[in-house]
Amino acid sequence: MIKADLLMAGVGGQGVILASDALAEIAVKAGYDVKKSDSLGMSQRGGSVVSHLRMGEQVFSPMIKRGDADFLLGFERLEGARWAAYLRRDGVAIVNNLAIPPLSVVGGASKYPSVGEVEETLRRRTNQIYFVPGTEIAAELGNPQVLNVLLIGFLSVFLEIDEGSYVDDLSQRVPQKFLQVNLKAFARGREEALHRKETRHD
Amino acid sequence: MAAAYPGTPSTEIMENLARFPGIYVEWSTNEKVALEVAMGASYGGVRALAAMKHVGLNVAADPFFAASVTGVRGGLVLVCCDDPGMHSSQNEQDNRHYARFAKVPILEPTDSQEAYSLMEWAFGISEEFDTPVLFRSTTRISHCKTVAEIAESPEIKRRPPKFVRDPHKFVMVPSNARPRHPLMEERIQKLAAYFEAFPLNEMILRDRSIGIISAGASYQYAREVFRNASFLKLITTYPIPENLIREFASKVERVVVVEELDPFLEDIFKAMGIGVTGKQLVPIIGELNPEILEERAIAIGLLPHAGRPPATQRVEHDFPPRPPLLCPGCPHAATSYALKRLGFYHVVPQDDMSGQKRGGIQQQRQGIIATSDIGCYTLAVYPPLLALDTCACMGASIGQAHGLEKAGVANRIVSVIGDSTFIHSGITSLVDVVYNEGRGTVIILDNNTTAMTGHQGHPGTGISARGERARRVVIEDLCRGVGVRDVNVIDAFDLPVIEATIRRCVETDEPSVIVVRGDCPLRVREKGKPLVVHLEECDRCFNCLRVGCPAISRDDDDVKIDPLLCMGDRCSLCLQACHCQAIRVREG
Repeated sequence: MIKADLLMAGVGGQGVILASDALAEIAVKAGYDVKKSDSLGMSQRGGSVVSHLRMGEQVFSPMIKRGDADFLLGFERLEGARWAAYLRRDGVAIVNNLAIPPLSVVGGASKYPSVGEVEETLRRRTNQIYFVPGTEIAAELGNPQVLNVLLIGFLSVFLEIDEGSYVDDLSQRVPQKFLQVNLKAFARGREEALHRKETRHD
Repeated sequence: MAAAYPGTPSTEIMENLARFPGIYVEWSTNEKVALEVAMGASYGGVRALAAMKHVGLNVAADPFFAASVTGVRGGLVLVCCDDPGMHSSQNEQDNRHYARFAKVPILEPTDSQEAYSLMEWAFGISEEFDTPVLFRSTTRISHCKTVAEIAESPEIKRRPPKFVRDPHKFVMVPSNARPRHPLMEERIQKLAAYFEAFPLNEMILRDRSIGIISAGASYQYAREVFRNASFLKLITTYPIPENLIREFASKVERVVVVEELDPFLEDIFKAMGIGVTGKQLVPIIGELNPEILEERAIAIGLLPHAGRPPATQRVEHDFPPRPPLLCPGCPHAATSYALKRLGFYHVVPQDDMSGQKRGGIQQQRQGIIATSDIGCYTLAVYPPLLALDTCACMGASIGQAHGLEKAGVANRIVSVIGDSTFIHSGITSLVDVVYNEGRGTVIILDNNTTAMTGHQGHPGTGISARGERARRVVIEDLCRGVGVRDVNVIDAFDLPVIEATIRRCVETDEPSVIVVRGDCPLRVREKGKPLVVHLEECDRCFNCLRVGCPAISRDDDDVKIDPLLCMGDRCSLCLQACHCQAIRVREG
């Protein structure tokens, strides 16, 4: 059993906590010891949200140390970059290629980092960087809210949990009328990851 | 039965209890009431729980100390959730002190499984030792999920409710209370002896050069960081099982205490004459985590230097922060915007919506002072709104405003408080203002829910803890009932009326109340007709950005409204702030 420490970060309302709850349950059912911890104090109000998720043989701390995360799942570019230091050397960064400028940027007090700056920040930790057009694909599928499931689909290719476990969990978790679009999002996420892994040149 | 007042990170306890049939649950008016309700149930022989955040126990301290004196009949457990690091709190306090202060035992779980298993113990101890039990959690217990095995069919121990009169126990006049104090001292001795063999305290003996005593979430961090050390996991952090501590100390070369916030255990151990390393290792301020623990352990030589780059080597740029905001369509936004405008100017220009542009040199708050309270609206303290002048604790705004006025501060003063907070502890201060002939203006921002903690009901909503219809306390009637004659109820999205009402009320010589009413958009989830910016008519004054709405942003020299985020003409605050009428409802 391989341990996996995942840090998931985004903006309030993007479904970060839901995604980490789902992934935690899937991992428990797959036989892992799992601990997760969310920072969500006032984040429903559009602030930063971060969820620590750890799975392995036996897990003590529910929080990941800086420099230890095997995976960084950024639901938004700035939030992905903000937590880059948590990634271990050569960990995997999966970042939804979406910019949600915070108010300080909107008001002109600070600058939103360019894609290049975000990438450079991540590169100091790893070369395994995947920018995913998740929001675009989700909109294409007809529901921007399935972004979180799409990203889990992408991530699932890197984890040692079989595909059926995710589909089972989604089937139980998601209301019937949204199930099809969620399953599609999961499948599209996986496809995207498999395709990108094959065509990588590092 | 269970009673609570919402507060991060404790809110979910009641939200989940409300899903169990067969338990009476309620959102109480405030934490003091919640604990008193639980005390009453306990006196009636029924097991009762009260849940609250750390500062909630400050509010409930009076009944907490009283319950310690009287003791219980049915088990009485108070769950309090501390918030080290202040994720969503106004202060950091270590509520373990309350256990010692009130001479009550405390239990601290280290993960979800123990939080589940310990509850049965907590009720049992309460009944066996005739004492309330303080069950302490912290953010990283409350907002963590770890694997837990649930009993197949939890045995519910029910006794028929029955109150047996016993004035010597329940009526705390001095002559009855005096004989209770020796019983309390005796009780704490007995509990200390009982905790010597408490099965969930766990000693793990491995490498004896370091022996770590820890509790709560800190214990898990310590296990993570000190892989080979010996451990004493302490669930019962008060009263201390002294013999167990001495035994552990005698088996290891160096005793290290890993505890978040205050040196609570460290001080007790030192008083016992046991030399320990405590706050020298773990900071007294802020939330602990494994990273800080590891860094500090290396720094003081408890751990060797790891082969990995020190975590202090930051890789981030100076990225812009993302503080929480008032949401698009927030019913607090218009009032906050009005207060900002009224606050910045000594003499407020009557008809100048663009006045801010020329106000550079006058950017000092010389006009209205706005004392504020605990809730979403406190977010209006951040730029660009900068609308508020104080925020201390639940219900403080009204008393503070009254004090400023009576001290002779010349400014016009308003207090700003939410509906739930007003009923929690604002109402008593309003009575004080009426009685003591204040002339303060109280703005009650009524979004018809307890929004900050995730939309719980309160008496003003007429929705119960189970989400069912309940009798509603009408806030404006309440205010009139205590003697306020100038009570106004206005629409939360009507900026001119809000401004005019505030202007009028602050000039009168009697107390006034303005109930600003509008539903929280996150609860009702309804959108109005979409708004668009007609750039050809926009003069780029950017007043619309000063309302602080996340849905409207600047794109180079243009302004755009995000149709996904915008709540449309349900709100229309930006439309009202635009002096060119360049923001309009989309045609057709």
